[in-house]
Formats: sequence, C-alpha cells, structure tokens
Amino acid sequence: MNSSASSSAVAETGSSPWRDARHRLQRNRLAVAGAVTLLLLAAACVLGPLLSSFGYAEQDLNNTFAPPGSTHWLGTDQLGRDLLVRVLYGGRISLGVGLCATFVALTIGVVYGAVAGYLGGRADAVMMRLVDIIYALPFTIFVILLMVFLGRNIILLFVAIGAVEWLTMARIVRSQIMSLKKMEFIEAARTLGFSHSRIIFRHLLPNALGPIIVYTTLTIPAVMLLEAFLSFLGLGVQPPMSSWGTLIKDGAEKMEEYWWLLVFPGALFSLTLFSLNFLGDGLRDALDVRSAKD
Amino acid sequence: MFRFVVRRLLQVIPVLFVIVTATFFMVRFVPGGPFTAEKTIPPEILKNLEAHYGLDQPLWRQYLTYLGSIARGDLGPSFKYPNRTVNEIIGDKLPVSLELGALALVIALALGLTLGVLAAVRRNTWLDYLASSAGLLGMCVPTFVLGPLLVLFFGIHLGWVNASGWDSPADRVLPALTLGFVYAAYIMRLTRGGMLEVLNQDFIRTARAKGASESRIVFRHALRGGLLPVIAFLGPGIAGILTGSFVIETIFQIPGLGREFVNSAFNRDYTLVLGTVILYATLIVGCNLVVDVVQVWLNPRLKFE
Repeated sequence: MNSSASSSAVAETGSSPWRDARHRLQRNRLAVAGAVTLLLLAAACVLGPLLSSFGYAEQDLNNTFAPPGSTHWLGTDQLGRDLLVRVLYGGRISLGVGLCATFVALTIGVVYGAVAGYLGGRADAVMMRLVDIIYALPFTIFVILLMVFLGRNIILLFVAIGAVEWLTMARIVRSQIMSLKKMEFIEAARTLGFSHSRIIFRHLLPNALGPIIVYTTLTIPAVMLLEAFLSFLGLGVQPPMSSWGTLIKDGAEKMEEYWWLLVFPGALFSLTLFSLNFLGDGLRDALDVRSAKD
Repeated sequence: MFRFVVRRLLQVIPVLFVIVTATFFMVRFVPGGPFTAEKTIPPEILKNLEAHYGLDQPLWRQYLTYLGSIARGDLGPSFKYPNRTVNEIIGDKLPVSLELGALALVIALALGLTLGVLAAVRRNTWLDYLASSAGLLGMCVPTFVLGPLLVLFFGIHLGWVNASGWDSPADRVLPALTLGFVYAAYIMRLTRGGMLEVLNQDFIRTARAKGASESRIVFRHALRGGLLPVIAFLGPGIAGILTGSFVIETIFQIPGLGREFVNSAFNRDYTLVLGTVILYATLIVGCNLVVDVVQVWLNPRLKFE
C-alpha cells in the first residue's frame, strides 16, 4: 500500500504506516477503552439473551414493574418482562441498524465522492452542487414522511437513514481523491492503460482509506441517533421488536414511578455513543486525518 | 457580493419547487387517505367529502390548483380539523415552536461560545478538560434521554418546575435547556477547535509581540477567524433545532408545530403535512442562505469556491 505524506520518515524503522497508526491508537487510552467497551457491549447483546433464563417477550404478570433486584437485575416492565434481556436485545437492533445503515451511507458516499473527484471539471461541479442542495434540505422531515407513509419496515429504515447520511462521506472522499489523483503513481497507472474503475477502486480509494475509516466510525453514532429519534417518535422499529430508542420512549412514559425503565436503556445508549466517539477521535489522531471535512 | 446574493436567491426557487412537488406526490401516492378511519364512512358521504376537498379531480389538476393556491399564500383547508385552514393552524402553533427554538439557540450560543473560547484560551487546564467533557457529554446524551431525566429530577423529584406544559415562563426552562444543550456542545467543540487554530497563527504572535493585551488578542484578533466554523455550522444547526423540537414538544407536551407535524403525518392530513413541510423547508433553506451570505461576508475567499 502506498504511504501517505505524513509517514515518509517512518521508512527507516521498517514500520508500515498502518502499524504506526495502530501503535498510536493503542497509546490512546480513551480510544482503547472505547473499543473494548464496544466489543463487550456487542458480545453482551449477541450472547446475553441466549444465556439468560428469561425470554425476551416472556411475560410474568405476577411480577410487573419489579425494581432492579437479584432475580431481575435491571427490573421488569409493565408486562413483567426482564429489562436486562430486553435492553440487550434492543442493543442488537440498534447496533444492527447502526451498522447496516452506515454501510448504505458508506457505499453511496464513497462511490459518489470518488466518481465526482476523479472526473473533476463540469461533472464534478454538477455532482457536488447536487450534494450542496440535498444538504440544505430538511431531510429528517422527509425520513419521517417516508416512515409514516410507506409503513415502518426495517429495510426502509436502513435505506432512508443511509440516504441522509452519505453526504458528508461523499464530500470527504471527493476532496481526498482530488488531491490524490494529481500524484505520480496515478499518472503511472494511467500510462499503463488501466481502466478508470480500476484506477478509482484499486489505486485511489485504498489511499483514501484513513479518512473513510474515521468518518465511518463517526457516522455510526449519527445513524444510531437518527434511528433512536425516529423510534422515539414511534416511527422506527415496531413492536414486538424493540430498539434502544423504543425502550427509551417506553421508559420516558413511565419514569415517574419506574425510573429504571428509562435510566438503563438511556445509559447504555449513551455509553455506546461515547465509546464510538472516543474511538472515532482516537482513530482520527492515529491515522492523522486533519481537517478533511470539506 | 450583490451578485452572489442574487445568484443564491435564484437557486432557492428551484429547490423549494422540488420540495413542494416531491412532497405533494409522495403524500398522494401512498395507500390510505385522510378519510380511512377504523369506522368506514358510507360511500356517498366519502364522495361528498372528496368532492368538497377537490380530491375527485385528476391528480395533475389537484397539483396545479395547489401550486396556484400556495403562490397566493393559501395552504388550503385542513382535512382532519373541519373548518380550520392550514394557515390558521400554523399561525396558532408556529410561534410556540419559534419561541422554543429561539430560546434553545440563545442558550446554545451563549454556553457554547463562552465555554469554547475559555477552553481554547486556557488550553490543557482543568477548565479545558471540564468544558471538553461537558461538550462530549452533550453530544452523547441525546435530547430524548436528557429531557426525561431533567423532568425526573427537577420536575418530579425536586418539584421546582412543572413536568410538562407551556403556560408560565418557568415552563420554558427545561425544554429550552434540553434542546439547546446538544447544540451548545457542538458549538463549544467547533469554537474551541477554530480558536486553537487561529491562536497558533503568525498574526497572533505578531500581535502579542506588539504588546496587545490578551483580551484584545482574543476578542479583536482571534474571534473573527475562530468563529468561522461555528457560523458554517449554524445552517445545519438551526435545521437540527427545528426538527429536534419534534421530540422536545412530545416530551414536554408543548402545543407547538413540531408535534402537530408528526400528528398530521400520522393522520394523513395531506394539506397540513404539505403546509408544514413547505414552511419548514422555507425556514431551513432561508437560514442556510443567510448563513452562506454571512460566511462570504466574513471570509470573501469562499465566494470563488
């Protein structure tokens, strides 16, 4: 892999820029803590419901609104369902939506930005003008309308959220490609007669990977927030499925007497956002991505 | 400058046109209408209703009629609230949402700018760490978690303010704080970053060398450049505050336009949905325009990008 400008001095020690970045990341304690927390959370969400003796939809009407205790660690809800299992299960959905919708945004943004940056000139001007215009639209409102009118199905949720969040990625990738394509190794690739798509995907994009990774990490919390926002309004994930957003919504309605229904889902959601942001910031420092925002 | 403003203004028209058209057809092409209720309405009455609201006309004619009426500033009658027009409903509810949004914006700017400048000037001191942690906290605790928690603590536990409603001035405190806090966090981070970048530049060192006082350096020299990222953020920020108020109005049961919009979408009140979307879109596009112009005014280099 070709090195970026910042790592030219490293050659003497025989370390690759990626290994360098990993070392820098490992020294950043907050980022490591974020990554570890995320791994633990993901593992708990995947494995927890399997290990628990309580089912996720299992009702126990003799034991409704039980406060946190030794049987139900985080208490139970209005139907006597175990909150811990529900929170972990909701985490699967929230993290799943976060990853899938980010993937949609990533794919659209990277391809769009790379093509615009590579073509340059008038095509680029038109494509980025379009991004500017879409950027100025009240997109959250359209997502709300889409979810109301086209039924609240989870695939649509991915697409709708992905369709909103790709814009920043497109801008970042474009600016990276713009500066990379003037470099000599691209000229060499052109001279060798490689096709445009080969140059874009094999030569340009791998060198723009740093910013792409960083902004992917930072897109996931944004996507998760949007999902929870929609779920809170009753437009996201529908019962009997639950995400952190729907759990927080239910909890907020009953918090006056049963605080745990709000506090635990809210805390776990915030913890996830914290971890993702710490990891993202750490990656940005480690990969030396400076103000690549526009 | 004048040409720049005119050019940007001309771009607004097609954008708004696209929004109106897209929303109009999106609302119409989906199953279910404003009169599909649990209780089925007799077909004769349904026919009358549809004739009354012009729904029996071909779609293109409805579209043209609608375009004509909004050009006159008339957003039509509401489908769900008989005898009320969309203009009346918006006139009723918008001031509440605007008040909430304006208060939140003031809080966000006051908190964010102060903390951001302080954190940058006192970099790597406890003040910086405190402000930065608060900033991160604001970004990671979403409004729909923070709001209920504040209600739980100040409204129910301490009993200082009402848990919901929009009557006394005290009722404004929690909603505005909740909505403003997130944006205060963003503004704080942007201000801190922007100020740090400017404070490291040569002209600041020159000003120091010439013996300018620290406060003069910060307020006269650094602030103008350091605030550029904040101003760029205000466009999306204001849009976020407007849409963020949907959730806030639901949490605190505030009779504003945000809650009305979400309800109207659930009710498939076509004209009310269209009217609010057009209004929000105009507000947001307008704010972006103003932000763009201010940005170019402060940093003329942007004009050529």
